[in-house]
Amino acid sequence: MRTRRRYRAIATMFAWAASLTIAFPLLWTLLTSFKTELEAVSFPPRFLSFDWTLANYRGILAEGDYLHSLINSVIVAGGSSALVLALAIPAAWSMAFAPTRRTRGILLWMLSTKMLPPVGVFIPIFLFYRDWGLLDSRTGLVLLLAAANLPIAAWMLFSNFRDVPGEILEAARMDGASLWQELVSVLAPLALPGIASTFFLVFTLAWNESFWTLNLVTTEATPLTAFIAAFSSPQGLFWARLSAASILSIVPVLLIGWLCQRQLVRGLTFGAVK
Amino acid sequence: MTAGAAIRQRSYLQGPGRLLLAPAILLLLAASIAPLLVTIKFSLSDYRLLFPDSSGFVGLSNYARLVASPDFVPALVNTLMLIAIVLAASIAGGLGLALLLDGSVIGRGGLRLLVISPFFVMPPVSALLWKNLLMQPVSGFFAWLAALFGLPAYDWFSHAPLLSIALIVAWQWLPFAALILLTSLQSFDRELREAAQLDGASPAAILRHLLLPHLARPIAIIVMIETIFLIGVFAEILVTTGGGTASTDLAFLVYSQAMLQYDIGAASAAGLVAVVFANILAIFLIRAVGRSLEA
Repeated sequence: MRTRRRYRAIATMFAWAASLTIAFPLLWTLLTSFKTELEAVSFPPRFLSFDWTLANYRGILAEGDYLHSLINSVIVAGGSSALVLALAIPAAWSMAFAPTRRTRGILLWMLSTKMLPPVGVFIPIFLFYRDWGLLDSRTGLVLLLAAANLPIAAWMLFSNFRDVPGEILEAARMDGASLWQELVSVLAPLALPGIASTFFLVFTLAWNESFWTLNLVTTEATPLTAFIAAFSSPQGLFWARLSAASILSIVPVLLIGWLCQRQLVRGLTFGAVK
Repeated sequence: MTAGAAIRQRSYLQGPGRLLLAPAILLLLAASIAPLLVTIKFSLSDYRLLFPDSSGFVGLSNYARLVASPDFVPALVNTLMLIAIVLAASIAGGLGLALLLDGSVIGRGGLRLLVISPFFVMPPVSALLWKNLLMQPVSGFFAWLAALFGLPAYDWFSHAPLLSIALIVAWQWLPFAALILLTSLQSFDRELREAAQLDGASPAAILRHLLLPHLARPIAIIVMIETIFLIGVFAEILVTTGGGTASTDLAFLVYSQAMLQYDIGAASAAGLVAVVFANILAIFLIRAVGRSLEA
């Protein structure tokens, strides 16, 4: 019994040491965000004995750039995720409850479009966006990110809807419910947990998307990814400020991610690992 | 309901079913298949943004120019190296973490939160904070660690730009591998494991003969999904080295050919190389996932 307890203590120690090491870059960033620029580059580094300050956060919130990008990120990630659900819920209903011979092929085809690297379609989309005034627009990003995340959402919802007993939907149909009512008043409430976790996963993916958001926008529609990337220019290298900006940019999806980590596995592996 | 009624029921639904599926399919066609066809066309045309009149069919000469250019082979090698390093590091590290977290440890919920966090960090943030706060050779944290052991500071991005980028990307993907492996470990039959322990099997033997075979499928899936995303690594390069032969991968090559050199033809050809590359992997993944549809 005693060896078992000791084993448990040692295992716990190792597990915490390893996990803290993995999270260390983030913890270090959090710490740096409360330092002055001078203390942020002091060598040897200061761990806790420095003058804690909120000046970096105050500075970033006072400037318009962060808020501008934050609003863009919320609109682009939220808008594209809403569009994804609007397209994926009907599609998943169709594949789960009215399957045809082609359903399997369509599911796999959707998956295969996710495997197309963005650079394979980048140039035509860039030129098309240039000619149609969609460069540097939130609408343009919403459309593209919706297309990028649609396969994942359709798969997640499909596997969720298959757990919903079809008899309930049939009963609603017998009672004269229209297709719209069936989707909105019967299916959606039954599958709400699945729909919510799908929304959060595609929201997170859209929030962090860093190919299209860095290549298709310049000033007006810049989301947080582009706001942070601008720190890479030589005049942007203020590390305490960078740290505070980083924390402010990742906190929303970090919280969402913590809440939805279990659905993440199922969603990102297209149901192959449950 | 009888079987005949079920089929009638279904055929009654197929009309609206098609209608509800159509918008999703249309968006995917418009955003993936249609532009892919245009990329193929561009790759066979002489198309420079600076000379708009110069478009015309030129056969495979863009491909020939691409392959002959001094950037292409390094980009291909860099792409493969990046994928190999990230896969090895994230799977080995993820397996270690998953085994630790699967044991009887105190505070597993908190540990999971710590481990999963890097996955939710946007690429520009992780790249910049690793480069400036950790790997910076003068005042970075790693320089301090090196000094503790009496070692000289290492200038990561000057001496090993690709390895530095690979480490950052591996850090982002390690949580994904760890989480999938942990999920699979937890679905492993406890009784089988305890029986093996009672029969005197060593932990190493249990890992080798029971756990690793059980994890083969999830590891294969991790390899394929990570690779799909790793073919497109872009932001991490843009914000750290900004390119250069030593750290340009295929995705970045497409960007620099098109956006910096305005050579649409060669950029399209490079993009298609990445597509072919991804397709080879996709075939395997689709097979693995297709099997799970039958279950």
